[in-house]
Amino acid sequence: MAVKNLVIVGGGPAGLAAAKAAYDCGERDILILERENELGGILEQCIHNGFGLHTFKEELTGPEYAQRYIDEVAKRGIEYKLASTVLEVTDEKKVTYVNATDGVVTVQAKAVILACGCRERPRGAINIAGMRGAGVFSAGTAQRLVNIEGYLPGREVVILGSGDIGLIMARRMTFEGAKVKAVVELMPYSSGLNRNIVQCLNDFGIPLKFSHTVVEIRGKDRVEGVVIAAVDKNVNPVMETAELIPCDTLLLSVGLLPENELAKNAGVALSPVTGGAVVDDNMMTNVEGIFQCGNVLHVHDLVDFVSSESENAGKCAAEYINGKRGADEKVTVKTVKGVRYCVPQQLSRDGNFEPLNLKMRVSNVFKKVELTVTCDGEKVYSRKRPVVAPGEMENITLNSEQVRKLKTAKEIVISLEGGDAK
Amino acid sequence: MYDIIIIGGGITGCAVARELSRSKAKIVVLEKGNDVSVGTTKANSGIVHGGFDAMPGTNKAKYNVLGNAMFDKLAEELDFPFKRNGSLVLCFDETQRGGLDELYERGVKNGVPDMEIISGDEARKLEPFISEKVTAALYARTGGIASPYEMAIAYAENANVNGVEFKFSQEVNGVKKKGEIFEVACADGTVYEAKVIVNCAGMFSDDINNMLCEKKLYIRARKGDYMLLDKACGYMCSRTVFQLPTKMGKGVLVTPTTHGNILIGPTSNDVESKEEVNTTAAELADAFEKALITMPSLSRRNIITQFSGLRAHEDGDDFVVGESNVKGFYNVCGIESPGLTAAPAIAVELAEQVAKALSLQPNENFEPVRKGIPQFSKLSDEERRKLIEKNPLYGKVVCRCEAVTEGEIVDSINRPVGAKDLDGVKRRTRAGMGRCQAGFCTPRIMEIIARELGIELSEVTKCGGNSQVVVGRTK
Ligand SMILES: Cc1cc2nc3c(=O)[nH]c(=O)nc-3n(C[C@H](O)[C@H](O)[C@H](O)COP(=O)(O)OP(=O)(O)OC[C@H]3O[C@@H](n4cnc5c(N)ncnc54)[C@H](O)[C@@H]3O)c2cc1C
Ligand SMILES: Cc1cc2nc3c(=O)[nH]c(=O)nc-3n(C[C@H](O)[C@H](O)[C@H](O)COP(=O)(O)OP(=O)(O)OC[C@H]3O[C@@H](n4cnc5c(N)ncnc54)[C@H](O)[C@@H]3O)c2cc1C
Repeated sequence: MAVKNLVIVGGGPAGLAAAKAAYDCGERDILILERENELGGILEQCIHNGFGLHTFKEELTGPEYAQRYIDEVAKRGIEYKLASTVLEVTDEKKVTYVNATDGVVTVQAKAVILACGCRERPRGAINIAGMRGAGVFSAGTAQRLVNIEGYLPGREVVILGSGDIGLIMARRMTFEGAKVKAVVELMPYSSGLNRNIVQCLNDFGIPLKFSHTVVEIRGKDRVEGVVIAAVDKNVNPVMETAELIPCDTLLLSVGLLPENELAKNAGVALSPVTGGAVVDDNMMTNVEGIFQCGNVLHVHDLVDFVSSESENAGKCAAEYINGKRGADEKVTVKTVKGVRYCVPQQLSRDGNFEPLNLKMRVSNVFKKVELTVTCDGEKVYSRKRPVVAPGEMENITLNSEQVRKLKTAKEIVISLEGGDAK
Repeated sequence: MYDIIIIGGGITGCAVARELSRSKAKIVVLEKGNDVSVGTTKANSGIVHGGFDAMPGTNKAKYNVLGNAMFDKLAEELDFPFKRNGSLVLCFDETQRGGLDELYERGVKNGVPDMEIISGDEARKLEPFISEKVTAALYARTGGIASPYEMAIAYAENANVNGVEFKFSQEVNGVKKKGEIFEVACADGTVYEAKVIVNCAGMFSDDINNMLCEKKLYIRARKGDYMLLDKACGYMCSRTVFQLPTKMGKGVLVTPTTHGNILIGPTSNDVESKEEVNTTAAELADAFEKALITMPSLSRRNIITQFSGLRAHEDGDDFVVGESNVKGFYNVCGIESPGLTAAPAIAVELAEQVAKALSLQPNENFEPVRKGIPQFSKLSDEERRKLIEKNPLYGKVVCRCEAVTEGEIVDSINRPVGAKDLDGVKRRTRAGMGRCQAGFCTPRIMEIIARELGIELSEVTKCGGNSQVVVGRTK
């Protein structure tokens, strides 16, 4: 059986950044496996601007951002295989992949980084009733058709869900001459970035209807219209408000789901909140030597944070291979009062007190709150926030002293204090 | 001039076509859709019924029991997914117990073997996720599940290899008899002639019959909505689980599919239009509530898609099978449930009648065996390696969720009665049937279809007709 020190599943921004960091920590025996015909992941179809403001202090398109990392990987001579789909990862870190030239190959790895990204929730997951002809697309599929294939999915469009991809596609379809009649959002707030609402909808006069949903799709061969309705406090449609919007296309931007079939098969414990693995501050899962980062771990809104998180994973994996990091006793980070989750979910009691970045999402829009980290009753960190929203990831960095307190505490709690947080 | 025209390419039309191809004859199937299996056959429960439900003495009972017994051999010959997984009818209330006895006795009268009434605890031992409230159950070991569209496709391919022609986008809108010859006119103006007509037009088989026959038929559409759950929860159910019909209604079933998903449904609602296959939110919600009575721990979060099918309910409440009062015009009409189960038996009997009437000679070259598309996801690594060596396209995974390779997709397009649209590829290979429901693979499959059929990407449809996926090029 072939052997490799580090196998990275997925050649998107997460996998590329992890590979680069592992290499820079001295690891030379690395293999990246990517199922598409090129590296870069989902960024290859995101041809709009707005990537890299944090990492490179300039605005790049998705493919430009990806190219920077592809160049770094190429410069280091890191091995990668394209058009190679990983079929299985076992708890013993045997990785099986398939491609047209090698056939089916199993590699024994010392460490595995899962960086497989996420997929979009389909129509079925939100169970919209009605007909099932052509014209219903996930926003990402529409994006690929327009940006990569050069075809227009439809001319009169309604978008369900105000996730970032949907917002970006509203603008993109408008540029291509389609009429976007409305963006319909179930919740009273958007799950996308505020800057996208301004730049993609407001600038083009596209109405955004909060607390509304699509209740029926009409049209036999092709969509001919969708019926939308307002929802009540319990998000149940109020049928008296139903209204038909004639259109030939419905785009769905109703959330992303980490792609975790490989992880499940390897016995990796998943978080019901993020859909990704439960990891510690080494980005290691409960299965020793299996790491996760990027959108497969939790859905990010900015690729810059994917890159930094993944560099950490790459570094930790390299050090793990050299015996410098291992699975220790762990302490769980509890999230309460408006904080939905925090990644990492656990910290290892390993005596390593390097500065640490915590990423979290809140459960609703809250104003004038204080984000606090408390250890055994002592407030270790706090930051005032005029407003927090589920669409924007909260990111905090703790210094060594704070990390020491966390890693030696019995209980760690992160919460929102004051304001209207519940 | 044909010997035989079969109108309709659902399970009955395809099965009749294959059984008739055992004889030497010039046969054509006229189908108004873009593919076989686009009517009721693509949207039903896929249950191979034991046969205890139908009333003794009816065609439904007769063909159900005969058909059921044919499946093991047939599935092997034609290589379609089938499993004899057994079925349970659950009773939730000791006072209703008599209902189970009634079904049991009906089954005995119909000739159903291997049935037993078991206690609630025994039922839970078989199916650990069914409700604590179950007090008893009828267990029918001969119950099974099949993939209905793959079964129809297998029949069609085998018929085609044995000489039957298939013509699509041929909507029959006129049938006349001139002397001994039938003239069949299609919406696009094409006219076909034949000595015998077999009417297998599903929901519309009454219209076809009524174009010619004095004895009119009347079919009503009774819609059933379904929800399909992710394979991730497939472990919860291994047998088909019905609810004992009560005054409250017929209940819904919970069943595994042959591919390991769970299917919930169907509802039952008479609808006006024979093409009204839209699901409704209220019906879906109702079906899920009822399914929870059977399995309280089912989760809505696992729903990946939903669909609905139309039962062709004939006023006489039974299958209409055989020669009509017009000589040479045969009906296979009003084939509602258990039509899938019954189709193999109906087809054999009907083919015998027609062969006799036309004094057909046996087709010595008849090949009963059809091999399906090799399924990458089901093979061992060793078998996969061999396959890729022969054809590297089997090394390129296109559909992530179901691990379907480009090799399978190309095969599905190029084989007899091949796929011409996204739904056709999906039904033959499962590409797009997984949890992301074709989100990722749609553009790739469109490219493959366009390439293999030599058409523009913008001409690729979801299901024929006006269902083009894209509306044109970008600026
Ligand atoms: C439409 C869209 C718009 C966005 N807009 C912005 C923006 O404007 N600004 C911004 O900063 N961020 C944006 N983002 C976010 C950012 O691009 C993503 O968070 C980032 O691409 C995630 O990187 P990743 O490597 O985790 O996942 P991906 O980019 O999805 O990469 C995962 C890779 O793994 C491969 N893979 C998966 N499974 C396997 C397997 N079994 N075998 C082999 N390979 C496998 C996949 O093919 C893929 O290439 C956007 C994201 C999307 C989807
Ligand atoms: C909700 C539901 C659940 C069911 N569950 C089961 C089950 O679990 N087990 C079971 O055994 N059975 C079941 N059935 C019954 C089974 O699905 C049907 O009996 C069977 O599919 C009928 O097949 P068919 O070929 O007669 O009709 P169809 O599949 O409808 O085929 C008829 C074909 O004729 C074509 N056609 C119509 N008009 C014309 C025309 N004018 N010209 C040319 N072509 C035409 C149509 O396009 C169609 O392709 C169920 C049915 C429903 C609706």
